[in-house]
Amino acid sequence: MGRRRTSIVWLLCSLVLVLGACASDKPPTGADETTLTGPTSASFPVTIVTDNGDVTIDERPESIVSLSPTATEMLFAVGAGDQLEAADDQSNYPAEAPVTDLSGYEPNVEAIASYEPDLVVYATETGDLGASLDALGITTMVLPAAAKLDDVYEQIEQLGLATGHETEATEVTEELRAQVDAITTSVAPVSRTLTFYHELDDTFYSVTSSTFIGQLYTLFGLENIADEADDTGGGYPQLSAEYIVDADPDLIFLADTKCCGQSAETVADRPGWDRIAAVEDGNVIPLDDDVASRWGPRVVEYLQLIADAVAVVEEADAA
Amino acid sequence: MSRMTRSVVIGVGVLAVSAIVGVLVGPVHIAPGDALRWFVSFGHLPSGMSEQDAAILSNLRLPRVVVAGLVGASLSASGAAYQGVFRNPLADPYLLGAAAGAGLGATIAVAFGPETAFAVTVPFAAFVGAIVGVGLAYLLGRSSLGGRSATSLVLGGIAVASFLTALQTFIQQQRAETLRQVYSWILGRLGTSGWDDVRIALPSVLVALTTLWTVRRLLDVIEVGDLEAESLGLNVARLRMIVVIAASLATAAAVSVAGLIGFVGIIVPHTVRILSGASYRSVLPLSMLFGASFLILTDVVARTAVAPAEIPIGVLTALVGAPFFVFALRRGARVT
Repeated sequence: MGRRRTSIVWLLCSLVLVLGACASDKPPTGADETTLTGPTSASFPVTIVTDNGDVTIDERPESIVSLSPTATEMLFAVGAGDQLEAADDQSNYPAEAPVTDLSGYEPNVEAIASYEPDLVVYATETGDLGASLDALGITTMVLPAAAKLDDVYEQIEQLGLATGHETEATEVTEELRAQVDAITTSVAPVSRTLTFYHELDDTFYSVTSSTFIGQLYTLFGLENIADEADDTGGGYPQLSAEYIVDADPDLIFLADTKCCGQSAETVADRPGWDRIAAVEDGNVIPLDDDVASRWGPRVVEYLQLIADAVAVVEEADAA
Repeated sequence: MSRMTRSVVIGVGVLAVSAIVGVLVGPVHIAPGDALRWFVSFGHLPSGMSEQDAAILSNLRLPRVVVAGLVGASLSASGAAYQGVFRNPLADPYLLGAAAGAGLGATIAVAFGPETAFAVTVPFAAFVGAIVGVGLAYLLGRSSLGGRSATSLVLGGIAVASFLTALQTFIQQQRAETLRQVYSWILGRLGTSGWDDVRIALPSVLVALTTLWTVRRLLDVIEVGDLEAESLGLNVARLRMIVVIAASLATAAAVSVAGLIGFVGIIVPHTVRILSGASYRSVLPLSMLFGASFLILTDVVARTAVAPAEIPIGVLTALVGAPFFVFALRRGARVT
């Protein structure tokens, strides 16, 4: 626990350092440490307004099952990691997450029930999952894919409330908000509109600005080349290679480094792609597929990557 | 000019026009005059055309048209060959389990094979899978379901295809990290075609199509029945094996570069039969020509209908093909 706290504080500090605002005479104070690790005064029962209606939790849950990698990250962030009994097979972060064979895509109610959970959190209603767990008297919370940054904060606070870590959750979201503000304002006013292409896989599926991921880029005033295909793909259109080459984006973000083994090199090797500005200028940015598909606390790492990439282009422009 | 010669001339003409349309039409507007001048001058850049446009033409559009042509010709010719050798108007690489087998083979190669050797292992595994798929479908249709009617072979093929597809899905599930890649491949993909795909597919396609071309007259002999054909001195079993191997090789080559694109092997040969009669002397070459044209034009629709987004090509061929299949089924039912 303590180690995690420290590492989070360290992470925050290093993020601030990057922004040039973290003076060495302002280390994390002892008081902060206490509030972060100390017992919380949340009282049960609590009622939480969630996506699946009002959920009432009678006692502090001690054996939670998470079928959502994002929820797993959030639970650890609010300090409820040790209340997590089992996490699904995709919950690969943080390292101490109790990953199991449980699947969030093909949930098996019996397998879930065998962990005797007092709370099950998941992102998508698959079949009768909610009803089946209800029938077994197991409380459920649905935390669906975020549509905007506010949903991230809201879900973290919901989880904090549900697990008895309300104060920590509030602190986490306040910190996240502050970081998001700091990162987005750290980028100098853009001299021209930069364009970008966000790649989901090596057949050129992309995201438009109507998606959560797409919105993160709009925070920096970037222009998404996939938006022109918006009316067809429901936010996730498959683009023509020749359109991408012709659109000549300034930045390319690869969210397919794990799934499809893509990298700046493989992109440069694609026929015709070597003429794209992003490839010529070395502005192809590999992302962690997981970070770029979840909506958890690590969204600030992602935003920082975007900010850094924009800064590089800005500097090159200025030079 | 005989009916067949005329049809071949028309076929070549249609293919030429399709190829030109395929190269000139796309989500990025390139003036047709400039593009043609660029081709005629072998890459000398005409004024008014950017290097970017030239790169799009030479690296993206041209190979895509070539791959679509090769895949279309392969699927149509193998459809026609399966139909002849099994004396079954509904035989098709898709329905016979060849495509499903190739899909399973390719999935196994992607999931368990070394990533650096995909260019070799995927087509080879797809080929083995295609042969196994057709073989199983044929044995099942002949022995277990009784008789050699159109239905028993198709039923055998459907059973085999379902089984092989289930195995493929299982492997995908177990190897979730390959899920995304295999999925996009199942829908059929020409969007990423490059000259590498041409290099992978061309040798197999040439060998397979040349073989089918050579035996096209014998398919007419087989049409009269096994015993009758043997009494004319034809080694039916050997011919059948050669044709099945060649058609499966063509299917596997197509599947390994373009994924699963269904119904081409049904639509094209049947249309050709309506145009020029049932003799395989004309059906086979015309299937290659019209098959290439059909897929090139379908791909033009795939990349322009919702431009700059794409429609998976397999979705389009199924949209056209499924109604056509019903038509072929009714027509076949009337003949038998």
